Amino acid sequence: MLTDLYVFGDSAVHRARPVVKIAGLVVLCTSVFVFEGWPSVLVGGALVAAGFALAGLRLRHAVASIRPAFWILAAIFAVQLVLTDLLFAGFVVGRFAVMILGAALVTLTTKTSEFVDGIHAALKHAPGWVPKEQIALAISLCLRFIPLVRTMLVEVRQAQQARGLDRNVLALLVPLVVRTLKTADEVSQALYARSFD
Amino acid sequence: MIISFRDVSVEKNGVRILKGINVELSERRIGILGRNGSGKSTFARLFNGIETPTTGTVSLNGVTERKALRRHVGFVFQNPDNQIVYPIVEEDLAFGLKSLKLSETETRQRIGEALHRFDLEHLRDRFTHQLSGGEKQMVALVGVLVMQPHMIVLDEPTTLLDLWNKRKFMAALNALEQSLVVISHDLELLEGVDRVLHLEDGTLVEDGDPATVIANYVARSQC
Amino acid sequence: METRDVVFIALFAAIIAALGVFPPVTVPVIAVPITAQSLGIMLAGGILGAMRGGLSVVLLLVLVALGLPLLAGGRGGFGVFLGPTGGYIVGWVVGAVVIGYLTERFWTRLNFILAFAFCVVGGILLMYGLGVPWSAYVAEVTLATALGGSLAFVPGDLIKCLIAAAAIVIVKKSYPIITPRSR
Repeated sequence: MLTDLYVFGDSAVHRARPVVKIAGLVVLCTSVFVFEGWPSVLVGGALVAAGFALAGLRLRHAVASIRPAFWILAAIFAVQLVLTDLLFAGFVVGRFAVMILGAALVTLTTKTSEFVDGIHAALKHAPGWVPKEQIALAISLCLRFIPLVRTMLVEVRQAQQARGLDRNVLALLVPLVVRTLKTADEVSQALYARSFD
Repeated sequence: MIISFRDVSVEKNGVRILKGINVELSERRIGILGRNGSGKSTFARLFNGIETPTTGTVSLNGVTERKALRRHVGFVFQNPDNQIVYPIVEEDLAFGLKSLKLSETETRQRIGEALHRFDLEHLRDRFTHQLSGGEKQMVALVGVLVMQPHMIVLDEPTTLLDLWNKRKFMAALNALEQSLVVISHDLELLEGVDRVLHLEDGTLVEDGDPATVIANYVARSQC
Repeated sequence: METRDVVFIALFAAIIAALGVFPPVTVPVIAVPITAQSLGIMLAGGILGAMRGGLSVVLLLVLVALGLPLLAGGRGGFGVFLGPTGGYIVGWVVGAVVIGYLTERFWTRLNFILAFAFCVVGGILLMYGLGVPWSAYVAEVTLATALGGSLAFVPGDLIKCLIAAAAIVIVKKSYPIITPRSR
């Protein structure tokens, strides 16, 4: 499958069921908003840190998880520092850090394929009005075709580069979309041809 | 196995792509020739009901139901990338079998046999997007074969293959017991077929023994 | 919904994911990254219509939540939704649906100006309408402050609306997928 963000390990956190981990994350995020203030952030932070340690994750994993949000968190910190005080600015940004790291703990210790299997298992027990087969098919098709569409994007880019149009977003977008739509039509034909339903 | 086309026309967006095709086919190996835009891809897609005639009928052993065509006629597309729909080879091969409601063991067994037949067992757990072009086309063919069709239609199946993979693919085709219909303008692929149809501008311009039809096709292209 | 619709949904989600490999332009200080990905959102609605466009965005977000780094800059996982910009990402779904609905409704007389207007409504007004209050709530600032922080992105978003509108009109001519919605 596509590369996911999973970090290999065999800890209790890795082995916990995906559903349990997601439920834990929901509880964590709700708590830090319901019990607003430093105590909940400190407790939450301690729990997440314990989880990181238990899972054998390193500081660099935590840094990598926070980094995409770093600038915006810095901006929020600065705004809060001007409008309120250091204590409150720290609390607001600390709360984000706890939530983002909590989410990272789930993501880094669970393979995407575990989640997908979980969804397939859940779909088996779903009520009749849920279009289970179509949902399962959509997920599989998307995983199958992301690498292909990426390759197409590279090809279109090279073709436009040869014409000196590679900086023109429209000249990249339109051929990519039209090619993908054509592919989609043939994929539907293949799906039709390959099964009997 | 007789497939017959009676007064078949296909019209799309006001354009007549096929114009009154009348033909009955019972040979085991059939080739279809024609240049780009001659209507041969549309013709091929009538065999298993991907396309339906605007007027006229297509019947397999006298049965015209689209479902029956689809059930007994398999289809191999030019580009295996559009035919392989699951991320992992085994999942992909199991896709069609789901509609047969086989048990898990039967499914695994059928897939195992089909892969074994072409020495492809090593591909079973591979990611489909990482296969080579030749491997992809073989997986596409195996995906059709597990459905055990009586007839297989192949639309330009070797265009994207190199010479080595093309030869390999042709050898695999020759070993099949099913009736084959091969659409191609690669004349090498049509060697040894029992009958060749030549399609031009939506009509059958020639139909007969391969040597004559191919010779005339080549002669026409030289003017 | 037919199989063909499922295929369009899945492959369009793949397009939006592929657009994530365009490096995002991050304006320092107020850093909602400007990415080609939000172009993909507008196209999903304007090319597939409300239902299919919206579901393709939902599908992409599900795969992101499951830990695939499909958002621009290799972001993925649940954390994406919990950060200060989570509202914008939820807004993607609503934006695609609204752009899709308007496009279907005015399909027969769709032109560049209309498509641009729809992209502005769905891709800017609605997106900010959800993203700004969300940011304000989680970052504990007033609406005005949050809005002020976002305004820097409006020029970039307007350019994206122009590009998306042009693409929607061209694809309508060359490979139309939407069938007009009867009133």
